[in-house]
Amino acid sequence: MFKWLEKNLPKIVMAPAVGLIGWFVYGFVLWTLYISFTNSKILPKYELWGFGQYEKLWASRKWLISVDNLLVFTALFLIFCIVIGIILAIFLDQKIRAEGVLRTIYLYPMALSFIVTGTAWKWILNPTLGIQKMFIDWGFENFTFDWLVNREMAIYTIVIAGVWQSAGFVMALFLAGLRSVEDEIVKAAKIDGAGLFTVYWKILLPMMRPVFFTSFVILVHISIKSYDLIVALTQGGPGISTTMPALFMTQAAFHKSQVGLSAASAMMMFMAVAAVIIPYLYSELRRENAR
Amino acid sequence: MQDNLQSSSYKQLEQKSKYTNMFLRWFLYFVLILFASYFIFPLYVMVVTSLKTMEEIRQGTLLTWPSSLNFDSWLVAWGGRGYGAGDTFLRPYFWNSIKMVVPAVFFSTFIGAMTGYVLTKWRFKGDQWVFLFLLFGCFIPFQAILLPMARTLGTLGISNSVVGLVLVHTVYGIPFTTLFFRNYYISVPTELVKAARIDGAGFFKIFFKILLPISAPIIVVTVIWQFTQIWNDFLFGSTFSFGEAAPIQVALNNMVLSSTSVKEYNVDMASAIIAGIPTLIVYVLAGKYFIRGLTSGAVKG
Repeated sequence: MFKWLEKNLPKIVMAPAVGLIGWFVYGFVLWTLYISFTNSKILPKYELWGFGQYEKLWASRKWLISVDNLLVFTALFLIFCIVIGIILAIFLDQKIRAEGVLRTIYLYPMALSFIVTGTAWKWILNPTLGIQKMFIDWGFENFTFDWLVNREMAIYTIVIAGVWQSAGFVMALFLAGLRSVEDEIVKAAKIDGAGLFTVYWKILLPMMRPVFFTSFVILVHISIKSYDLIVALTQGGPGISTTMPALFMTQAAFHKSQVGLSAASAMMMFMAVAAVIIPYLYSELRRENAR
Repeated sequence: MQDNLQSSSYKQLEQKSKYTNMFLRWFLYFVLILFASYFIFPLYVMVVTSLKTMEEIRQGTLLTWPSSLNFDSWLVAWGGRGYGAGDTFLRPYFWNSIKMVVPAVFFSTFIGAMTGYVLTKWRFKGDQWVFLFLLFGCFIPFQAILLPMARTLGTLGISNSVVGLVLVHTVYGIPFTTLFFRNYYISVPTELVKAARIDGAGFFKIFFKILLPISAPIIVVTVIWQFTQIWNDFLFGSTFSFGEAAPIQVALNNMVLSSTSVKEYNVDMASAIIAGIPTLIVYVLAGKYFIRGLTSGAVKG
């Protein structure tokens, strides 16, 4: 008995983690998957109902708007975060004075919650007392900036706040990537007459492919899960113009008693994340095994 | 010899482009400072707004400096105005968050350390798969587990309580903490452990005598990461708690959204600062570890 215990001690110690994750992650996802195939309304029902919820979901105007918003948001969020992140990383890499201070400034938003960020930006973008008033008081009398309450433009305010929060993170990833490149490579290229621009564009950035990949995966992941920022900034409004899948899911589940429908929307989100993450984990693991 | 030749021609090249370089450097600093102002702007606005009176807010702009340092809205945000119903303030929720964060960080870090230790130093057939099994938990969208979690907490009788949130945050922190410790311990030479095993040291002795003493950096990274994640969480907090048991982010959101009286932006901003200050302090004091957690936690080592 004691011998058995001693032999299996490592596995026993590991059991809580595996058990908890097995139950609370895999078990729960399977439960949600099952419920998405039932006609559950306020409480879960367990008779199967087929793909009805998915048909309802893709026929719902609100869901289609959510998906549309998610695509727009993800595209802009990705482009701006990566472009700003790369510019900042390359510029900071030029033996800048006060680099530490600048880096701290670029990255501090990552320490704040999306609720704090959203609260701050909501105040700044507020049409009566925020940026608009600032410019009017400076003498630009016809200046209007009402994106926050404008159906067409409100989604872009979420992009502004989201990029503000996450661009520094991409900067940190790229800076770490650039710093890990051997100095000799850059020196050799310069001796061959390559300008600084060519060095980065032709040599260093192509070497950063894994960093691009990582940033892409993480940013897409953040954007599919975006929930807090929308709640704090627009609550999905005006109307439902800035609603997104994560918001759709919680509203259907906890405010509208559409448990089956919300499970179906959650599974769509799950599949979207899996489509990005599984290839990523696969390639990461292969790289590690190759080492 | 060869080297000298190369470095001198290199210097010549640098000499040539001295003026272009100077211009470039000015441009560089200009852009960097421009972006720094974009990043610092909201924080500046939050701080000055929180120090103004509503009258000053209506008269000035976002950027105007307050006429005097007035911490009234901070006091209101923290402790309320002192009348009964509808007087919401952050103090009780701040303590809720502390009561939630401390045990959740402790348990998830401990479990992660143990699991990471087994996965790297007591390897077995298929341990790679176990790791992958746990790792996937880092990435699931939590929407896919909200419904069953709400039911489970209800069944256990801990919905709408700090205990329930501790459980939730402990469980969903395990994939990250395991990842951190696993990636750290994998670089510790296994020979050390093997030698200790030959000397007759057991499972726990090896952990506490050999690995734990060298784990300080990764413990700091993990604790900071978990602290930031849990403190800043809104999804779990808002889904599984309301009223008295809510953590601070939920309370902040409720305060800002409540439209019972005239909007007091100064109080809103003071509240936002109070809710953000613990993680900001950690970031400023231990930025190095914070960044290391970000880059390796969200990515992997």
